[in-house]
Amino acid sequence: MIHTLTMPKWGLSMTEGRIDVWLKQPGDRVEKGEEVLDVETDKLSSSVEAPFSGVLRRVLALSDETLPVGALLGIVVEGEATEEEIDAVIDSFNAGFVSSSAETEASGPSAQKVEIGGRLLRYLELGEGGTPLVLIHGFGGDLNNWLFNQPVLAAERRVIALDLPGHGESGKQLRSGDAEELSLAVLALLDHLRLDRVHLAGHSMGGLVALTVADQAPARVASLTLIASAGLGQEINGDYLQGFADASNRNALKPPLTQLFSDPALVTRQMLEDMLKFKRLEGVDKALQQLNTALFEGGRQKLDLRHRVGRQPSLVIWGSDDAIIPARHAEGLDAQVEILPGQGHMVQLEAAERVNQVMAAFLKSQP
Amino acid sequence: MARKISYQQAINEALAQEMRRDQSVFIIGQDVSGGTGSPGEQDAWGGVLGVTKGLYPEFPDRVLDAPLSEVGYVGMAVGAATRGMRPVCELMFVDFIGCCLDQLLNQAAKFRYMFGGKTTTPLVVRAMYGAGLRAAAQHSQMLTSMWTHIPGLKVVCPATPYDAKGMLIQAIRDNDPVIFLEHKMLYSLQGEVPEELYTVPFGEANFVREGRDVTLVTYGRMVHIALEAATSLARQGIDCEVLDLRTTSPLDADSILESVEKTGRLVVIDESNPRCSIATDISALVAQQGFSFLRAPIEMVTAPHTPVPFSDALEDLYIPNAAKIEAAVLKIADKRNAA
Repeated sequence: MIHTLTMPKWGLSMTEGRIDVWLKQPGDRVEKGEEVLDVETDKLSSSVEAPFSGVLRRVLALSDETLPVGALLGIVVEGEATEEEIDAVIDSFNAGFVSSSAETEASGPSAQKVEIGGRLLRYLELGEGGTPLVLIHGFGGDLNNWLFNQPVLAAERRVIALDLPGHGESGKQLRSGDAEELSLAVLALLDHLRLDRVHLAGHSMGGLVALTVADQAPARVASLTLIASAGLGQEINGDYLQGFADASNRNALKPPLTQLFSDPALVTRQMLEDMLKFKRLEGVDKALQQLNTALFEGGRQKLDLRHRVGRQPSLVIWGSDDAIIPARHAEGLDAQVEILPGQGHMVQLEAAERVNQVMAAFLKSQP
Repeated sequence: MARKISYQQAINEALAQEMRRDQSVFIIGQDVSGGTGSPGEQDAWGGVLGVTKGLYPEFPDRVLDAPLSEVGYVGMAVGAATRGMRPVCELMFVDFIGCCLDQLLNQAAKFRYMFGGKTTTPLVVRAMYGAGLRAAAQHSQMLTSMWTHIPGLKVVCPATPYDAKGMLIQAIRDNDPVIFLEHKMLYSLQGEVPEELYTVPFGEANFVREGRDVTLVTYGRMVHIALEAATSLARQGIDCEVLDLRTTSPLDADSILESVEKTGRLVVIDESNPRCSIATDISALVAQQGFSFLRAPIEMVTAPHTPVPFSDALEDLYIPNAAKIEAAVLKIADKRNAA
């Protein structure tokens, strides 16, 4: 079996990537899920994982080369194949490949917007079948917080990531800004998509939202995955929350954003500029302040939903070095608990491979 | 933020959304609608290159064609601004500054100061600038430095559709007179622009490319030319940082110095003529406040001290290009080992 390894598409806006370094050389054995090379975009850099096992037979992109999404990077062969057979696969791939970024964008998945209850809600659907999984981002985030997770998890089932009210490209106006308002928005999206029962996964404040959905509509929640979740204890880094909500320029935003990651080098000027683009949108400042007051006033979490955990099959994932919500909130929960050593708050981005493995195994074991 | 629109559409959208939001915003200029007085010919032009097209039908009372008298309609807009309106006045080509200089230099720019802060002049003057359209010496200039020289004016020069929308909204809401400069060669440039309202603050430069070796400071259309040079230099092993000033008044001196402190090398790129220009201004700033950071002389890449030529070949030679920027960078980057 001759597999083609291609330039991945991370996030809606990615049209091309630059090859940083190959971690495997021609002739090396690669296992499914193993990192093969590092790719950099204008927004981030990450590793490309092999979607299949085999031997890396050809490397077709050089370091520093910039290639469009979908372009051929290498050939991985499972079993036997002659050089001629490999050449034939490369020729036919390249003959059929349209490199224009417009084509890539048109054929790629795109987020949709729907007006529910007078408010715009944006969501992105990938994959099909199975009990669907809904991904809920945290405070100040958006559906792109799942860009390394959603495509992988979508191999097994339909996966929907949404922008909570006040975030991303969803409507910015909040009423009370409490957890109930956010969870009602998630339930309204489930109604709109006619989904009776879903797996829920939430990161940080999104975990609190998932817990609240489970509290309000337990029959609709097949399982809970809580990643660095709020709602499981009192402590939260109030300086981070206030610093993030108040920051209006690059230099003010950098210190709080750096606290999110275990590797501070990930906070590039591009990431800061992208975050400022979100914060400049009309209504965002107010929405963030409302949420901060309603949920975390004075640097304390107001809601404790620990008792909710375990009524559905539950998975809890945390980075041991989380500087926003301490990992010890995972202790004593009636759940499968995975603490990832050395990881920070954005564990699903920084340790995407491990988080994906744990989540996929957990979801697969559900009836 | 997947939606892409052009620089020109971004400006049009900013105007439309602000006019919907705020009744005091109105547009005045030559041919901003086009056809006033000729039945059936309204909105025939929508601005000389169509930037305000479509606004007249939605706001028939607030898109006003002006007679061919800058001194008259710019003066009227200045007066309206002091009386609570928010005029967006179109000068068409920035080259026409001479026809209304008193209204801006000696009136609008001075009111807040002369009246002890008791009055504000929330005026926006939009104008096209720049060479490249074969429009000759009287319709191609880059007069940023003249505007920047005048205290009391804010001078804005967006390089991208995103900045064009956010900075025009900011300009309209700003309580001081703002000169908003649009490069005609950028009008068709596509970029991601949120559909919602947002503002981009003045005086905050944008690091459009991060790099370690050389700082390229520029603004307006030259941001794209500098990026082109930086991409080519990266292949030669030179890692350039590109800083887009976004506004020349106020000037983000901190970001310039922060970058030069890191790289130790500065090339300033300016499409305007070289004497008393943004390029000399920034060079002076760094020489004075960042001298100890410098590991090589400051380089400037600018147009020559001549009018913009009409000849295609000469106009191409006049405009700073990636090759000239690369040559300037190579000149100072070569000195790395000697430092």
